[in-house]
Amino acid sequence: MDLFGKTITELQALIKEKKVAASEVWEYFVKRSKRHNPKLNAYVSLLEKPSNPIVKGIIPKMELWGIPLAVKDNYCTKGVRTTASSKVLDDFISPYESTVTSKLKLSGYELLGKTNMDAWAHGASTETSDYGLTKNPWDLGRYPGGSSGGSAAAVAAYIAPGAIGSDTGGSIRHPSAWCGIIGLKPTYGRVSRYGVIAMGSSFDCPGPMTQSVEDNAMLLQIMAGKDPYDATSSPVAVPDYRSKMKTKRKLKIGIAREYLKGVEPDIQTAFENMVDVIKKMGHSVVDVSLMSPEYSISVYTIAQRAEVSSNLGRYDGIRYANNRAYFGQEAKRRIMLGTYTLSHGYYDAFYKKAQKVRTLIKNNFKKTFEDVDLIIGPNTPVTALKVGEFEKYPFFGELMDQLNESASVAGIPAMSIPIELDSKNLPIGMQIMGNYFDESSIFNFAYQIEQETNFFDVIKKGREKYK
Amino acid sequence: MSKYTPVIGLEIHVELKTKSKMFCQCDADYFGKKPNSNTCPVCIGMPGALPVPNRTAVEWAIKIGQALNCVINKHSKFDRKHYFYPDLPKAYQISQYDEPIAVNGRFNIITTPSSLRSATPPYIGGEFTNNNLLLTKEEYPKGEVVKKIAITRVHLEEDTGKLTHTGKDTLVDFNRSSVPLVEIVTEPDFENAEDVKIFLEKLHTIIRYLDVSDANMEEGSMRMEPNISLSMISDKAERMKHLPNYKVEVKNINSFNFAKKAIDFELIRQAKILDKGETPAQETRGYDDKKGITFSQRSKEEAQDYRYFPEPDIPPMEFSDEEIEAIRLTIPELPSAKRERFIRDFGLKENEAAILARERSIADYYESVFSKIKSIRASSEIENVEKLTASAIVNKRISISQSPDEFAEKFIETYKPIDVDQDKLSEVIASIIKNNPKQVEQYNAGKTGLLGYFVGMVMKEMNGKADPQAVQKLMRERLS
Repeated sequence: MDLFGKTITELQALIKEKKVAASEVWEYFVKRSKRHNPKLNAYVSLLEKPSNPIVKGIIPKMELWGIPLAVKDNYCTKGVRTTASSKVLDDFISPYESTVTSKLKLSGYELLGKTNMDAWAHGASTETSDYGLTKNPWDLGRYPGGSSGGSAAAVAAYIAPGAIGSDTGGSIRHPSAWCGIIGLKPTYGRVSRYGVIAMGSSFDCPGPMTQSVEDNAMLLQIMAGKDPYDATSSPVAVPDYRSKMKTKRKLKIGIAREYLKGVEPDIQTAFENMVDVIKKMGHSVVDVSLMSPEYSISVYTIAQRAEVSSNLGRYDGIRYANNRAYFGQEAKRRIMLGTYTLSHGYYDAFYKKAQKVRTLIKNNFKKTFEDVDLIIGPNTPVTALKVGEFEKYPFFGELMDQLNESASVAGIPAMSIPIELDSKNLPIGMQIMGNYFDESSIFNFAYQIEQETNFFDVIKKGREKYK
Repeated sequence: MSKYTPVIGLEIHVELKTKSKMFCQCDADYFGKKPNSNTCPVCIGMPGALPVPNRTAVEWAIKIGQALNCVINKHSKFDRKHYFYPDLPKAYQISQYDEPIAVNGRFNIITTPSSLRSATPPYIGGEFTNNNLLLTKEEYPKGEVVKKIAITRVHLEEDTGKLTHTGKDTLVDFNRSSVPLVEIVTEPDFENAEDVKIFLEKLHTIIRYLDVSDANMEEGSMRMEPNISLSMISDKAERMKHLPNYKVEVKNINSFNFAKKAIDFELIRQAKILDKGETPAQETRGYDDKKGITFSQRSKEEAQDYRYFPEPDIPPMEFSDEEIEAIRLTIPELPSAKRERFIRDFGLKENEAAILARERSIADYYESVFSKIKSIRASSEIENVEKLTASAIVNKRISISQSPDEFAEKFIETYKPIDVDQDKLSEVIASIIKNNPKQVEQYNAGKTGLLGYFVGMVMKEMNGKADPQAVQKLMRERLS
């Protein structure tokens, strides 16, 4: 049976109906990964053997039985090397399992490999990885975006049917947009951070990256929920995303003009066309006014750098592979800036003020969501850049993530979906932001668009040349 | 008029004896365990591990705050305190900065002016002043003085690991890492080492009453660091407004007595430096209990920047009035109240009441034992059971290392009025007078001290079955 391009949901059905064996699925993706990874460099580590033993002929009731997934290398996976793409952790074999991967394991998934990322998740290109750059499957001369670039490339080239990423300031949405797949940053606290190597602790959100909206909802269903090991995880009940997704709701969609500034014309046009489609689908579209994303960038930069400087202190060279000299340029920059803003005499001017503005941004979103169900806008100001352009911008990440960081600062859920290709034949993403813990509305809306447009076959076109 | 007034403030760390550690589920009792066997990803700061606060530890910290008459903050949070040290696995300690569990407390200690004078060390150049007395001798009976010690704050934090230096290697053991610690900070209200010792003893008693820590200084479950300096200003209010421009912190003090000795040593050392017109260095000093001296450990010229910021992994804590009140209700009767009640209700002597109230287990034993005794019928002939029980315990006449039932039995045996065979007693007395004519003669000649000798002989003949006091009375009558 040709498994090429099958969604996770489709693979689950084939396994359940015994049309394909779990071991075949495993071998299929291992083979594809081995074949395509050398040019893509999507993985830091590729597993040789399935972690959940596959017993021939027996199909347990576990939901993800026999489904191999790629997991970003900042998730601690017991007995498997976990580096966060930094040589500082070059030989770190985690002695424990993150909550997210534990949940996936209990659902029967197979860990296919650990995906490449910007070192410590610092960046939007994977170029800061100590294990080489991941290439964009659409154009090997371009960045996949980041920091979850390896996960995005793996899904886009279909060397994995789905992947897990983490989003601090756009790290799931940004590469999803540049690689033309679906990526969700859930509400902060919806998914446990336990065992995810901390970047910006008050922003970090684990989330799914997939080829279909249903796959995305299904993975979030497994990942979400209160975790006794994460005090910031939320006790809010997890709804049944898939059943809620399939009732066609007419939604009230807000567009913030502040989020269209400085966006490439191709993206602008694609977005406007999408708005027309949305209107034709019967949703109402209204203009909303949000605080300028510039404020979010300032707040994000200060708070995240402060948290980074604190979180990286433990890699002092005493207990892990390599010493501090192995920190890359970007990590050093962030440690220095964060240390500075937390210093005595500067704390009030920077960190404390940033927290106050953060509260204003949260309130701004809360108020806006009293009026609309969702807010949409372009996901990135530009499509995938050519390798080397990173060098030109000292705050490359912030520039690329400028439309993503507001949702991170506020802690609201946001998804990137592919809506079109630009004139360079590169995918364009649209961002859908929802109210706190209202991933359901995002799934509902994205699913309707998928049904209506199939995302203009962007996902299909992306994987086609890796057939 | 003396020149210097000591200015002493305390920082006290109390290790809570919760079941699990502050932020993970490892056993909080690390004592005597194989190094690094009592650890998990959280307390060794593994990548990705997260802290989850221990609810009991939070409640106990509130309880300590309440026992020290503090205001409990309804909004409290944890903060990260950054510094590098090999025993600190995350490179920050989770502590509390600007919103501690409790603030603005007060704690009274009772001391006597005379004991203070003898407690204050003489040094070349004079003696230290002592004038933070709240009440004068006249206002407070029995020559006692009540002093008010202000408590600045009570906060919760995690303990660090432990370093062991062996030869040229340093080994680190994380078994203690993340054990809950309560830090109690006082204002620099102490003016002598004796008061510090009294304060520590009282604090120790209360912490043990709350049953939240062993508070054992020798084992390190209670640690204290005094900040010591000398002021030229004798007026208290003025002195507090213009604190000395240096202070010396003393570490590694592991008993109440060493606390006093270390402070006394330090006061004299500093006075000698000031006498020369110099200022003692701002530094941390260690205490060597063998030599009885303090020694320089590290300079604190530059205040260390800990880069505190709110711990993002733990949401801020909110406590309602009801929650705070519910915790207050779990505080048992504290020693001073218990002592007062023992004196008031049972007529105990002050020193007896104080000894019984010092340890909650002894006070509880005392109360359970005398009520047990009173429930036994045979005790009805014994008067003043409460007082007799107290005296039996305090004077160690009956051991308290037995069950209350056994104690009660022994007590009744000891104090029950004896059924005296009056006929036999008369016979015995008569025969002793008859058989000891020489001693009787001496007695009558004025050697009245022999009365005890006669009583002893009677008691021996009676096999102890007589009341010595009654025998003495009878004997005196017969001899005259």
